Amino acid sequence: MRFVYFFLTVTITAALIWALNRQWPVGGIKTPRLGYFLSPQQGFWKNAESASASFDLTVKSPDLKGKVDVYIDQKLIPHVYAENDFDAYFVQGYVHARFRLWQMEFQTHVAAGRLSEIIGQEGLKTDRFFRRLGMVYGAEQAMAASETDTISKMAIDAYAAGVNAYISSLHPEDLPFEYKLLDYQPEKWTSLKSYLFMMFMSFDLSGRDVGTDLQMTNARNYFGWDNFRQLYPLVQDSLDPIIPKGTSFTKPIKRPQIPTDAAVRYFSPKDSSLAYQPPTSDFSPRLPDANNGSNNWAVSGSKTKSKAPILCNDPHLALNLPSLWFEMQLTTPSHNTYGASFPGSPTIILGFNDSIAWGSTNAGRDVMDLYTVRFKDELKKEYLMNGNWIIAEQRQEVIQVRDGANLSELIPITKFGTLLYDKEFGTPDSRGQTLAVKWTATSGNIGIKTFLLLNRARNYKDYLEAVSHWTCPGQNFVFASKSGDIAIRQQGQFIAKWKYQGDFVMPGTDSFYQWQGYIPNDQNPTIKNPARGFVSSANQKPVDSTYPYYLGSANHFPLYRGINVNRRLSAMKDITPDDMMKLQTSNYNIFAQMARPALLKNINKAALPPNEKKLVEEMESWNLKNDPQEKGATIFQCIWDSLESVVWSDDMAGSKYTLPWPDSYALLEKMLKGKADFMADNIQTKDKKETIQDAVAVALRLAAKQIEKLQAENRVNWALLKDTYVQHLLKFPSFSRLHLPIGGGENIINATKSNHGPGWRMVVHLTPETEAYCIYAGGQSGNPGSVFYDSFVNNWVEGTYNKVLFLKRDAAAANSQMKWHMTFTK
Amino acid sequence: MKFLFSILLTAYLGYVIGVYTGFPWWFFVMTSAVVAFAIRQKVFATFISGFLGMFLLWTILSLIKDMANQHLLSQRVAPLLKLGSSSYLLILLTGLVGGLVSGMGALTGYQLRRMIRKILSFSLD
Repeated sequence: MRFVYFFLTVTITAALIWALNRQWPVGGIKTPRLGYFLSPQQGFWKNAESASASFDLTVKSPDLKGKVDVYIDQKLIPHVYAENDFDAYFVQGYVHARFRLWQMEFQTHVAAGRLSEIIGQEGLKTDRFFRRLGMVYGAEQAMAASETDTISKMAIDAYAAGVNAYISSLHPEDLPFEYKLLDYQPEKWTSLKSYLFMMFMSFDLSGRDVGTDLQMTNARNYFGWDNFRQLYPLVQDSLDPIIPKGTSFTKPIKRPQIPTDAAVRYFSPKDSSLAYQPPTSDFSPRLPDANNGSNNWAVSGSKTKSKAPILCNDPHLALNLPSLWFEMQLTTPSHNTYGASFPGSPTIILGFNDSIAWGSTNAGRDVMDLYTVRFKDELKKEYLMNGNWIIAEQRQEVIQVRDGANLSELIPITKFGTLLYDKEFGTPDSRGQTLAVKWTATSGNIGIKTFLLLNRARNYKDYLEAVSHWTCPGQNFVFASKSGDIAIRQQGQFIAKWKYQGDFVMPGTDSFYQWQGYIPNDQNPTIKNPARGFVSSANQKPVDSTYPYYLGSANHFPLYRGINVNRRLSAMKDITPDDMMKLQTSNYNIFAQMARPALLKNINKAALPPNEKKLVEEMESWNLKNDPQEKGATIFQCIWDSLESVVWSDDMAGSKYTLPWPDSYALLEKMLKGKADFMADNIQTKDKKETIQDAVAVALRLAAKQIEKLQAENRVNWALLKDTYVQHLLKFPSFSRLHLPIGGGENIINATKSNHGPGWRMVVHLTPETEAYCIYAGGQSGNPGSVFYDSFVNNWVEGTYNKVLFLKRDAAAANSQMKWHMTFTK
Repeated sequence: MKFLFSILLTAYLGYVIGVYTGFPWWFFVMTSAVVAFAIRQKVFATFISGFLGMFLLWTILSLIKDMANQHLLSQRVAPLLKLGSSSYLLILLTGLVGGLVSGMGALTGYQLRRMIRKILSFSLD
């Protein structure tokens, strides 16, 4: 009997441990291994960092060439002082990994189409999408190209060695929190991962066309060419471009030639192959946000109180925890540079050094096109071009699936790009067509070199040389120097396109539709020390219509922020850094300023019921600021959104496929000219011609209902309606910062929307001793158990900044704000 | 006295083996069994002392961590485990998991001791 008792007890104990040591599927996700996760000696409690934790550290590594001191200030910002460049990037890799390892690896896993290795089957479609898009292929191309460049290779390899030095120093109990939660281990960091990270940024900033080209094609097919051009106009009347209007441009040596059969094959095709055959594996990729953009500007000494230039930059991207950004200083005998870095990549990305400052915004140019290609058979070894079968390069990638079978993905590479969608894998809008994607990001770039050189640049010439290496994603690099120069250049590898080329899916069987060449670097829009005393960009079109190249469809270029930035800068004088901070955080709604009179003109107040009349009056008396507590901002937004919905919904209701929502300017500019009636007519009421007045009246009624509902829910203040949050990369609410009381929004300089906005803000005053201010929507530590996890968020919401400590080594060592010290030696 | 000593020894050995984080988290089940094997108690007392040893250790260790951390992480983790935002429920759960495994370990040690005594008594016959 005792044997029975013993074995019974052993069995129960073993079963208990088994159950507590296993991930259980609950509601679509998996629990952590509960026993392990809760163990105070191994599990998540180890990540509960003491509020008074020390970050002092001594590291020895045979990879180092000299001694490196890292002084860490009270905000957990590391100031790295190295005796040579290799050591600096080694330590940057180490420090990034020390504070952000999980994020670095997670983001590069996603970029590499390896999400399934972490979360299993659920990640498979995303993985297939990124693989077919050529993310790994592109990273390999970039790596091969960069390895031929000594300094790029040195920096990337040193960085990888630093990351690995940290990873190999990790005890199992010190793994970052998320590894414990999801139950996996970090792998060795490789140089390729830095290139994968850069591919991820390329996708984020130039990858929207993978979806919008299909939507634009749907719209062209659905509306027909003539109507299409009315609804999606290329011209923006109120445009204030980056390069001031009237600047003259050099004529191109060779203009791209439009294919002779474009009228029937491209603009108004009657192609029976558009019949819908749903792909076997249907998928809708999460496209990069339409508002991925930024503001930057530099004002020359002629406009500042100190007579020294001031440079400002605030990039608008998804708001995440851990943040995309990590603030630090890198000092070596070759440079002394401070600013925002990307965990995953060496160098400072946006910042300043002892001589210059730089920043960047997204150019938004179209550098990704889709082609319908034809393969000879299912093997996809040969494709048709100009009547001949051409052999495609064959790429085989294996996707490993956690707790599942591997999937082998065949990715043929044609002259029209990599195979993206086909009968087997596609989106509802790809309709089973065989589509290849051509993208400049995969063409073997040495992008890292731009940042290596910018970090070391001393003057305008150095800056131009640095940015000339930049290819993808296209950026507006703003520049200012202590010697008094300011400049901006839209830089990238831009395709010389015929008008409308690549706005729709192109025929991929004919070489005429291929890209015919690139715009020469020296014809990229550039301006230095303009008479108006400032340069700026806010993702608007870089140039007016006299620029001799096609820029891409207008929906790439938000119009209004740039108008406001330029207007404000023109009016300012005796500018101080404080003025610049006020401008960056300005909630003034320029779009509303232009749209409100257009709305009012079409409202007959006397005829309105009292509740709508009150609404209109409240909108009229609103100060045009989208401040957190403003009710007027909410009312305006509700009326405008309702109007767009009234105007467009009937036109789009009949389409089976996704159509792009027309940009706000399409409607507003027609209203301002009194020519919006054709848009306002409801095509579903055949016997009646509605005017824009009718549409506004309906919109008011809808908005009044909506406001009533919001009032009942107590959500009528702008910030409550907008509801900004900074989200953890795994989307768990308790690891995110929710319901932030911050103003701003679309078309506003403070472009803070719901989960998107100016996550990094920087103001650099180029006085002899640099004076700089930065803030970002996050914190230096990626550990959700650290006080530094979200320590900047409150200040960011309030619109206040941290004054930067930009010190030489000895001054840093003696500074009382430096709380911790890391030393790295051989 | 035996009871109290068992609790303390269970906690102490559980802590020591836990320092070696290369071992799986549940290795203390063995030290708890050894304690129960070595210190003879009634079955109920054995289980309770095994349970309390690790329950107290894990509760106290997580409590110390949580206080120094100003409840930051526990309040983020508790909702993941559907415990509201209560740090204390999370600490209690931590203690229960450690205690339960340890208590079962102790029972195993107890049963092993009884089984071996039986075998020995057979062989003496």
